[in-house]
Amino acid sequence: MNELNIKYHNNFLKEVEENIEEGEWIKMCMQCGVCSGSCPLGPYWAHPPQELFMMIRAGKREQVLRSDSMWMCTSCYNCVVRCPRKLPITQIMHGIAAYANNLGMAPKIQPTRDFSILFWKNCTRTGRVNELRLTLGLYFNDGLVAGIKKGWAMRNIGLGLMRAGRLNLFELFKGHECKDQKGIHAMLKKAAEIEQRHKHLTA
Amino acid sequence: MAKKEYAFYPGCSSQLRASAANYLVSTNSMCKVLDIKMTTIPDWNCCGASISYAGGSELSRLVMNARNFALSETHLPDQDIVATCAACWLGAREAKHKLEASPQLLADTNEALHEAGLNYNGKAKIRHMVEVLIEDFGYETLGKPVVKPLEGIKFAGYVGCQTNRPFGIAGESFENPKYLDKLIETVGGEAAIQYEQKVTCCGGALAFSEPEKSQKQIRDIVESAYDQGADMIVTPCPLCQANVEVYQSEINKKYGTRLAMPVTYYSQLMTVAYGGTAKEAGLDGHIIQPKKLQDIADKQL
Repeated sequence: MNELNIKYHNNFLKEVEENIEEGEWIKMCMQCGVCSGSCPLGPYWAHPPQELFMMIRAGKREQVLRSDSMWMCTSCYNCVVRCPRKLPITQIMHGIAAYANNLGMAPKIQPTRDFSILFWKNCTRTGRVNELRLTLGLYFNDGLVAGIKKGWAMRNIGLGLMRAGRLNLFELFKGHECKDQKGIHAMLKKAAEIEQRHKHLTA
Repeated sequence: MAKKEYAFYPGCSSQLRASAANYLVSTNSMCKVLDIKMTTIPDWNCCGASISYAGGSELSRLVMNARNFALSETHLPDQDIVATCAACWLGAREAKHKLEASPQLLADTNEALHEAGLNYNGKAKIRHMVEVLIEDFGYETLGKPVVKPLEGIKFAGYVGCQTNRPFGIAGESFENPKYLDKLIETVGGEAAIQYEQKVTCCGGALAFSEPEKSQKQIRDIVESAYDQGADMIVTPCPLCQANVEVYQSEINKKYGTRLAMPVTYYSQLMTVAYGGTAKEAGLDGHIIQPKKLQDIADKQL
């Protein structure tokens, strides 16, 4: 390894490569900025993808993991198909976000993080999404009063969907669900065990 | 015997009384005319969509998808899995790619699946309904059952993100895919071929968590359809449909606009053109009524 390699091969890049889905691609970024210019929510990122990649290589661990930026990803894959180096940028953004959250470093108030967790809990509870509970769960995330306010503000949309046969109040009690919920929970429990096992092996 | 048979993965939104119930209804009607037998994968589960990355680990999301593959291989061997939802299709295809690329992930996934008495062999192919229509049937065949050409309606073909990227439909470009315009023309409608928002993101799941930012996207998508003189938008994605239709009233409230652009599915266009009733085409499932399409559906032959 020459001097330049040693200088840039800092620990945070290594940490990212080892812990983040598709993280090994980050060193391939050539800083062209096409990803940042292609993002539908581009203006709202404090650090667009190409900047995050450089910050990772420069060892800016705190600034990256505490950032709000990667939570702006809408999973539209525009950056992925345009990247001249073919980096799976969407997946990397999800990976950095998930890693930051697992370390407890994600911003305290982050609606997309909250929605992500809510969605996963919702869909794995019975095997299928309960759309009514998911929506209400999001509305009431900031407390009862905020929830009632949001629900009231959106009442016409809700009524419209009900009239169109696309929203069912009975979902609150019994919604769409899988039959073999026991099997689903058992396999997810096993998956968590397997991941723990791998972690101990590499630690 | 039906002309073609597939294992159907409808996904959470395309169930009766769910947010894309009319996508399911119209898909069933369309398939009936085309003599396509869609057998629902028994006890299929949610794919986790693109948004669950912070809630579920990589392996648990893979296992959820692999459960569907395993169920399909067991109950509907040798049939391609066909999804109508863009996120289901993408989630499933991504999972399949990962399992193909990593023997370790495949072994781990199967170890977890065994807890549910299942095993994944990697056989099932995952396809989108649009792929089936274009590749297994082709525009010419799709045009044959048309009895009510959708004359006098101009459609803005809104392809959106996830049926277009990163996999897309074979032979189409990411920047300007043309299959939806061709489908519109196949059923006798006029396609707004200059519609420049056809692959713009509607915000996806962030329509819930970042409503202001997403509604800005939706406003562009709808206003551009107006600029092109379109009567309605048509899309292959259930989340695009819901987001773009449902939030127009919110945008009107906030910005004083008067948006009221109907948003339909390709399967509804085809059902109506094939002579189906408004109910068979799921036209009763809209907040903004696609009036011109209803008129054709109600017209006696």
